[in-house]
Amino acid sequence: MNWRSARAVFGHEMARFFRTIWQSLASPVLSTVLYFVVFGAAIGGRIQAVEGVPYGAFIVPGLMMLTVLQQSVANASFGIYFPKFAGTIYEILVAPTGWIEVTLGFVGAAAAKAVMIALVILVTSFWFTGVHIAHPFWMLAFLFLTAIAFSLLGFIIGLWAKNFEQLQIVPMMVITPLVFLGGAFYSASMLPPFWEGVAKLNPVLYLISGFRWSFFGFADVPVGLSLAAVALMILVCMGAIRWIFLTGWRLRE
Amino acid sequence: MRPIIDIDHVSKRYDSGTVALNDVSLQIDEGEILALLGPNGAGKTTLISIICGLVVPTGGTVRVGGHDIRKDWRAARKLIGLVPQEIALEPFESVIDCVRFTRGLYGEPPDDAYIERLLSSLALWDKREAKTRELSGGMKRRVLIAKALSHRPKVLFLDEPTAGVDVALRREMWQVVRELRAEGVTIILTTHYLEEAEDMADRIGVINRGELLLVKSKDELLGEFGKKHLTVSLYEPLRALPAELAGRGLVLSADGRELGYAYDTRAERTGIAHLLAELAERGIAVRDVSTKQSSLEEIFMSLVEEETA
Repeated sequence: MNWRSARAVFGHEMARFFRTIWQSLASPVLSTVLYFVVFGAAIGGRIQAVEGVPYGAFIVPGLMMLTVLQQSVANASFGIYFPKFAGTIYEILVAPTGWIEVTLGFVGAAAAKAVMIALVILVTSFWFTGVHIAHPFWMLAFLFLTAIAFSLLGFIIGLWAKNFEQLQIVPMMVITPLVFLGGAFYSASMLPPFWEGVAKLNPVLYLISGFRWSFFGFADVPVGLSLAAVALMILVCMGAIRWIFLTGWRLRE
Repeated sequence: MRPIIDIDHVSKRYDSGTVALNDVSLQIDEGEILALLGPNGAGKTTLISIICGLVVPTGGTVRVGGHDIRKDWRAARKLIGLVPQEIALEPFESVIDCVRFTRGLYGEPPDDAYIERLLSSLALWDKREAKTRELSGGMKRRVLIAKALSHRPKVLFLDEPTAGVDVALRREMWQVVRELRAEGVTIILTTHYLEEAEDMADRIGVINRGELLLVKSKDELLGEFGKKHLTVSLYEPLRALPAELAGRGLVLSADGRELGYAYDTRAERTGIAHLLAELAERGIAVRDVSTKQSSLEEIFMSLVEEETA
């Protein structure tokens, strides 16, 4: 394990983020503001409070999760795909750097960026609604763990992708629907029993539920199950990445 | 002395059945410049890529500094720097950040004094804050060299470093190579510019169709395979070659003022003395005599053609 290598990759990726900091922040903040305006102010007033939480505040964890998931996948997949596309991946492959260092660097940076953007969204939400965080430690823990889990998934997508279309298709076709159907804007208990059962097959529901619990103290599924889901996802993704690097699949000839 | 690179029966066969390298063995000594020559698709880049870890061989072993590139890959790769054939740089990154990144990637602590020396030696210090996309092609290639040297490797691979580079820049690049060699860096380069391999390399390896045809010191190669060409300038032009001199491979120039004669330096009798004596005997006055050794390019072409035939 070479920490300097991991730090070099992390620093390199963060530098890319800071080079375009305003673009990186402007788009997610703007779309979140629009969500607040539409769902919080325009429609939210007509929706009754969920478990005593006004609807505008209720959607804050879901919006943060939506952003974290999208940003984690996008950052990590682009982070590793771009060197493949530009041809600079060679220096990572010829360096005395193992898969753990490379993954730590890329995934750590992607997760860090996603968490920063999510926190900016949290701060933005204070302008629109009063949000109380019941368990701040667990809020940050869920935020980081989810960011790491989905950055790992994004990293796999970036390693797998052969072109920009493939890079975008998984986030568009899989991640966004899972988030919308995972209870970002509603509680699973609001669904009819059959659909509530179907929703519980969606892994993202467990993440959003745990995260919402850290804000409001109530959840669709037990918090332990949410933690187990995110831990399982991290382990499965790590295993897949290890396999990719050790076999050289789509990396080495 | 133990070679710094020991390639032992290395092969690479792709799933498609294409054999990119076939049972290649080669030892490279520390501090030498080895030029690998071969036509496109001969296997030069595959060989370099295997040593550097970009391509996994299907057979054989490679040791760098005594470390097996697969079992002890971290130690082996620390000794290697690679300048790839294609220019690949992050377009929006500054030159100095690019080089610092590679050094970090190799697990080396920051060393700004060394980076400054390195960039200065490659005439890049003034451009250190420039984004790589703003640089000329030659400068980009020098940035790649700086990156490859950022962790002070003992072995530097230059994969066609002067491809598509203008003459002035090419000379500049070879100057850089000479300086590196003076510092004790072992250099393995592939090139299409044979005259430069002739000028730079200590040893030359010829690869064709995945086979290493030969590896010899440059002088040995030129001596062994080199043909010489003798040109005899005449005082008076000849209308035709005298019948007695026909059948000896002599060629009369169009203006009748020069006689050309190709001979093998390895032959026991080159026939030159006999030829000159006969010319004198026939009263053909000789103004001047000059010889020219065949270039590496001609040797290379004849070797590859021989193999293809």
